[in-house]
Amino acid sequence: MTDQTQSPATRIRAGSMTLSATPWIVAFVLLMLLPYVFTTNSAITIMNQMSITIIFALAYNMLLGQGGMLSFGHAVYMGVGGFACVHIMNMEGLFSSIPLIILPIFGGLFGLGLATIVGAFSTRKAGTVFAMISLGVGELIAACSVIIVAFFGGEEGISGDRTYALPTFGVEFLQQIEVYYLIVFWLMISSILMYLYSRTPLGRMANAVRDNPERAEFLGYSARWVRFYSFIASGFFAGIAGGLFAINYEILTEENLNTASSGIILLVTFLGGVGFFFGPIIGAIVFTLVQTVLSLETDLWAFYAGVLFVATVMYFPGGLAGLIMMHVPAFKFGKARVLVMPYIKTLIPGALAIIGIASLVEMTFHYRHATAGDEEMTLFWTTFNSHDILPWIVAAALALGGFWLARKTAPDLAEAWGQANTPDGGRL
Amino acid sequence: MDLILVNLIDGLVTGLLLFMLSAGLTLIFSMMGVLNFAHASFYMLGAYFAYQISLAMGFWMGLLLAPIIVGIMGAGVERYGLRRVHQYGHVPELIFTFGLALLIEELVQFIWGKNQMPYAIPEVLQFTAFSIAGNSIPAYKIFMIFISIAIFIALLYILTRTRVGMIIQAALSYPKTVEALGHNVPLIFMGVFGVGTALAGVAGVIAGPVLGTFPGMAFVLGSIVFVTIVIGGLGSLWGALVASLLIGWITTFAASYNIRFEDILTGIGFIRPENLDEALLRDLWTLTMPQIGPILPYILMVLILVFRPYGLFGKRDA
Repeated sequence: MTDQTQSPATRIRAGSMTLSATPWIVAFVLLMLLPYVFTTNSAITIMNQMSITIIFALAYNMLLGQGGMLSFGHAVYMGVGGFACVHIMNMEGLFSSIPLIILPIFGGLFGLGLATIVGAFSTRKAGTVFAMISLGVGELIAACSVIIVAFFGGEEGISGDRTYALPTFGVEFLQQIEVYYLIVFWLMISSILMYLYSRTPLGRMANAVRDNPERAEFLGYSARWVRFYSFIASGFFAGIAGGLFAINYEILTEENLNTASSGIILLVTFLGGVGFFFGPIIGAIVFTLVQTVLSLETDLWAFYAGVLFVATVMYFPGGLAGLIMMHVPAFKFGKARVLVMPYIKTLIPGALAIIGIASLVEMTFHYRHATAGDEEMTLFWTTFNSHDILPWIVAAALALGGFWLARKTAPDLAEAWGQANTPDGGRL
Repeated sequence: MDLILVNLIDGLVTGLLLFMLSAGLTLIFSMMGVLNFAHASFYMLGAYFAYQISLAMGFWMGLLLAPIIVGIMGAGVERYGLRRVHQYGHVPELIFTFGLALLIEELVQFIWGKNQMPYAIPEVLQFTAFSIAGNSIPAYKIFMIFISIAIFIALLYILTRTRVGMIIQAALSYPKTVEALGHNVPLIFMGVFGVGTALAGVAGVIAGPVLGTFPGMAFVLGSIVFVTIVIGGLGSLWGALVASLLIGWITTFAASYNIRFEDILTGIGFIRPENLDEALLRDLWTLTMPQIGPILPYILMVLILVFRPYGLFGKRDA
């Protein structure tokens, strides 16, 4: 077991080696049960959004994590798939003869088609050149959305109605919950397929090409073709996500194509962790929650998301998944409980400091931008006057005190960490 | 003919402005091998800082101080951000600058709000320099042209004629050797990054009053700057200049000549369909030149990348 002591966070790999069915069954049962726990319509909407983002993020990670290709225009493939699906929805004769449940396949095929065209010239090189081409093509197609009105519908986008489809087993998809199960069906199918893809020789070669294209070429594999296949496969699944988006929202606009959407999926994937298959899933869940729940609480949610993102890039390049996987050795040595107390001692003051800093930020924002005369603000369920001195003192004390305590206990945590990651009687 | 002259001047202004941004970006790229996605954000910061300073001390102090502040911030980003991320590889570096761009935009909105700032051109320059057949050319545009050209000449002089430039050029290609000769290479990198962002800051200071100082200004120019240095060839200063002027003129001319595609299509023998709503290619018939102007640089870039992946002046495949 000694070779397990290498820090897993620093090694980027595609996930565990096992082809076990257990996580999939657990995920499936969980997804089936979730609507019984969160029954409100808004919760189901959030879960739909989450599942779509998961598929898209997994597709994106096929490029970024597995193939080492950084794309700045990937929203285009999802968007074009979605637009194609809305157009099919609007072709009455055709649409009424196909069940809604297979509609995302068309989105996938359109995403695949576009990816084939773009991939033909963009996958010659990875790295910066690929990133630049993806940005250029992304901008080009996003800009076309206001010019090619026939397909993209101009400023207002195009909308359709999913209920005109042929009913699937008598279900007409009038309600959100029915759409939820449709999306879950596609979520399971596409994530299993993407997982299996990452196990195929081709998926493995994508990793090899990412790490060392010259060596992969030397072994007789064309780095370019391996990249190309990853690219079109990614385009296909992005298109499926687009099709599901079309079904869920019944409208697609320029916003689905633009650089901001492409940027968000990069953020989601990297936040979750590109080194692990389940990373983007975590990223999509966390980001959707931040986006939907936090944006209700504060206008500054994008600011916090930005800080979180930059901090992740700087300190945890493995993302949230990397952070979780860092703890595997400690569990393997059976010493995870050594970490519990130091964690409590450091992380609680740390969290308090973050709350304090966030309060200061919120109060500054309110102080500067609230309409004149509006001095009342509510923060963490307390209402106070943002022009008083007391709340500022409390927030500053919270920030400084928490920070001081966290710093003071950090060496203990580091020591406990070292101890937990050393096997009994062995050297690190 | 007169219109052509006016467009030439307008395109020159846009092109030189673009050049100031792309010069810094391309220097940074040839130094660190990483494209700084936040470059246009430093341009935005330049405009905002200059606006804030001009409120207290007037435009000229803004022109002097804002780029310095931006440059110091840029150097700080290199020292405490990029240098740290560098150990993880190039892709995380790119992602870092991308996140930084998002963060700066949010930060600007946090401090100054979402509205456009009333950042105005100084009163000494508020007059018409000369007119061409009834089209007046404001003095500020001439001022912008001169500032940009002065900076280009200064940059070229420093890089090619001075000792500092020699060390920088050498550090770009052979960092190990230069380090062995006793020069502090990380400091040189930090300095070049600072100067590059300061250049972006200058562009922001002088563009803010005419193009508008608002939180989206980085976004508007952000991708076009990349297009410029890709067309010019990554890492090539002359390429950046040529590509900037090319893009400046292409977009200006496209915006001012209202050529309709309908005329071109009928000219080469196509017949306009009776009912446009039914036609699949109906958009082709209603397109005009000003409409497709903004996407011309992207089309140019994709074509360049397909046929000449290292750009117009690039020496190597990046």
